[in-house]
Amino acid sequence: MAKSKSAYSIPSKIGKLETHILVVWVDNEASVLSRVVGLFSGRGYNIESLTVAEVDQKENLSRITIVTTGTPEVIKQIVLQLKKLVPVHKVANFKREDKNVIFKEMALFKIVGNSSKIKKVLNVCKKFNPVILDQTNKSAVIQITAMRKEIDKMTKNLKSHGLISVSRTGAVAMTRGAGIFN
Amino acid sequence: MPKLYTGAEILFKCLEEQKVKHIFGYPGGAVLPIYDELKNHSSVKHILVRHEQGAGHAAEGYARSSGKPGVVLVTSGPGATNVVTALTDAYMDSVPLVCISGQVPTHLIGTDAFQECDTTGITRPCTKHNWLVKDVKDLQRTIHQAFEVATTGRPGPVLVDIPKDIQFAKAKYVSLKKEKKIEIKNKNRFNQIDIDQLIELMNKASKPIFYTGGGVVNSGPKASELLRELVALTGFPITSTLQGLGSYPGDDNQFLGMLGMHGTYEANNAMHDCDLLINIGARFDDRITGKIDEFSPKSKKVHIDIDPSSINKIIKVDLAIVGDVTDVIKSTTKTLKKKNLNLEKSNKQKISKWWQQIQKWRTKQSLNFINSDKIIKPQHAVQRLYELTKNQDTFITTEVGQHQMWAAQHYKFNKPNRWMTSGGLGTMGYGLPAAVGVQLAHPKKLVVDIAGEASILMTMQEMSTAVQYNLPIKIFILNNQYMGMVRQWQELLHEKNYSESYTEALPDFVKLAEAYGCVGVRAKNPDELDEKIQEMINVDKPVIFDCHVDQAENCFPMIPSGKPHNQMLLGPKDQEENKITGKGKALV
Repeated sequence: MAKSKSAYSIPSKIGKLETHILVVWVDNEASVLSRVVGLFSGRGYNIESLTVAEVDQKENLSRITIVTTGTPEVIKQIVLQLKKLVPVHKVANFKREDKNVIFKEMALFKIVGNSSKIKKVLNVCKKFNPVILDQTNKSAVIQITAMRKEIDKMTKNLKSHGLISVSRTGAVAMTRGAGIFN
Repeated sequence: MPKLYTGAEILFKCLEEQKVKHIFGYPGGAVLPIYDELKNHSSVKHILVRHEQGAGHAAEGYARSSGKPGVVLVTSGPGATNVVTALTDAYMDSVPLVCISGQVPTHLIGTDAFQECDTTGITRPCTKHNWLVKDVKDLQRTIHQAFEVATTGRPGPVLVDIPKDIQFAKAKYVSLKKEKKIEIKNKNRFNQIDIDQLIELMNKASKPIFYTGGGVVNSGPKASELLRELVALTGFPITSTLQGLGSYPGDDNQFLGMLGMHGTYEANNAMHDCDLLINIGARFDDRITGKIDEFSPKSKKVHIDIDPSSINKIIKVDLAIVGDVTDVIKSTTKTLKKKNLNLEKSNKQKISKWWQQIQKWRTKQSLNFINSDKIIKPQHAVQRLYELTKNQDTFITTEVGQHQMWAAQHYKFNKPNRWMTSGGLGTMGYGLPAAVGVQLAHPKKLVVDIAGEASILMTMQEMSTAVQYNLPIKIFILNNQYMGMVRQWQELLHEKNYSESYTEALPDFVKLAEAYGCVGVRAKNPDELDEKIQEMINVDKPVIFDCHVDQAENCFPMIPSGKPHNQMLLGPKDQEENKITGKGKALV
């Protein structure tokens, strides 16, 4: 190891990284998103994707869904730090592999090509609920909903099928069954 | 129709209801309506500082020594940015501050107006929470909530940014009693099962230790009383962090002294070898733990903290108890007594071997230094200061550096709230303004800032504040003409390349004192030290004491870099035998 003259300790080994989806219920007020994002950047946590929208107008609540990676200790720390923020009501933490939780992302694809080409694209996207939002005789805008990795794959595959533009959301999540997270 | 009040009036009504007696501030364009209103509220005394950073640190000193939140009032733009260091300092050391800042009028926000800055944006990472008040109707609720957030749970700083037009605008004011109680975040969550588990661990332990921190002080004077009872009841040894000093008597036999980088040999070795470590209100700071992988390897660890995010952040613990220190210790002692375990007697037997080991470590006398009769040793100066002030209730503040560590090592505190130092952020320039705040909270008491000549120059201007309000603070400068701690690291780790750590031109501190209208005292040799210190204490005016000390003195003991607790570097003698190796340099 090279001589280090840093005033701080040498980092110890980094544990195994996990991907988690955090759902954060917050007051929908000015700067709340900046508080959440600032916490992540300030403490060096990752954000893979982030989705936010108001879910309850009466209660003035927004729901933020964050996909993040980190060691289990770091993930726990993120949850605890989030809970300390004044406008945060509750935080749910799911592993990406969790079978009891549905994760979905949405993507819009702009395809340039004739109708047979577009048909082909629809066929490829069949598994992901494709919806045609706009169609001309040489183009189409197609919406799909799927998991992140599936959308990644589709984006790659459709390049050769006339895909010229992609717009996508972050993940949203919901537990299966009748129960809700409290 | 109910009476309407201006925003400025509402602010003062809130401060009155919060029983605020002092605010530290500096006027400016965007807070003028508030300053205009000041004259109508005689119960709130404004202390005019000379720089907003000074206002922040003074409020910190006020808060830490009194247990009440410190209140700061600054203007927009530079007023707000100048207070950022103090807010960050308070955030790191969990000091309750409420900072009110003026802002440009609402319609000018975002236009790069004169003295505009994004105050809430800038202070977001260094406050527990902050607010920009955009409607005067929200002002009252916001101010009261600000006090609530600052003082509950783990305390910390908050900021309320009030645009100038809001200070003029009018709204109703409803007395706090009628207002429904504001929802408080995070409450105690520990239960009896946790306490029973703790007692189980305490019963089994043969090498236990208490490791206490600033949380005990923050929990209030009652926590310190209860801690003393618990320590006596169990017969366990106790060590404290820098911030926890005073919560347990420094001269008690069960107290091992401070732990950590410049802690005592016995405290650090006991931390390393113990089989039960009970952390009460401390946070496993990196200056405490040394090398994490080898931190207290054989112990079961218990962590008592009000902030759940402090637990398992750095060191994984076996038992976590989330709660206010006072409540947790109270339950523990109660249960101990109820079970009638009589730990004191049974444990004494069991842990007597442990105490024998500790006594062995103690014989190293790790705080010893080679005294001189020609030149004042800084440790000697602190010891003499302690001996000559211990007969009265003395409050000590410090700046940051070697002098701070010597003060922590050689000044012994018997009560909480008597020791104010910047630990987490390590802010040079903290001590002088903090002393101003302490003296205001305790007008008749002796307040001494143990300082270094480099630190003191950073906030020197606040001497003017001390003179204005007749605050007889004593600035006790250990003057070695070096940034001592920088110099020490350069000596030990950077081949004695003393790059920029020597101050070539220093003011004449005695003349400087006179220029400010206070008293200057200088001591150059050990013979005159006592007499001069006595002279300083006897003067009922602010004093700058210029104590010329050995320039080459280093602060020991020290956990050298890359080493765990049980491999400490002791004084000059021991050093010859244990040179720091290359890898170790990383850790200081």
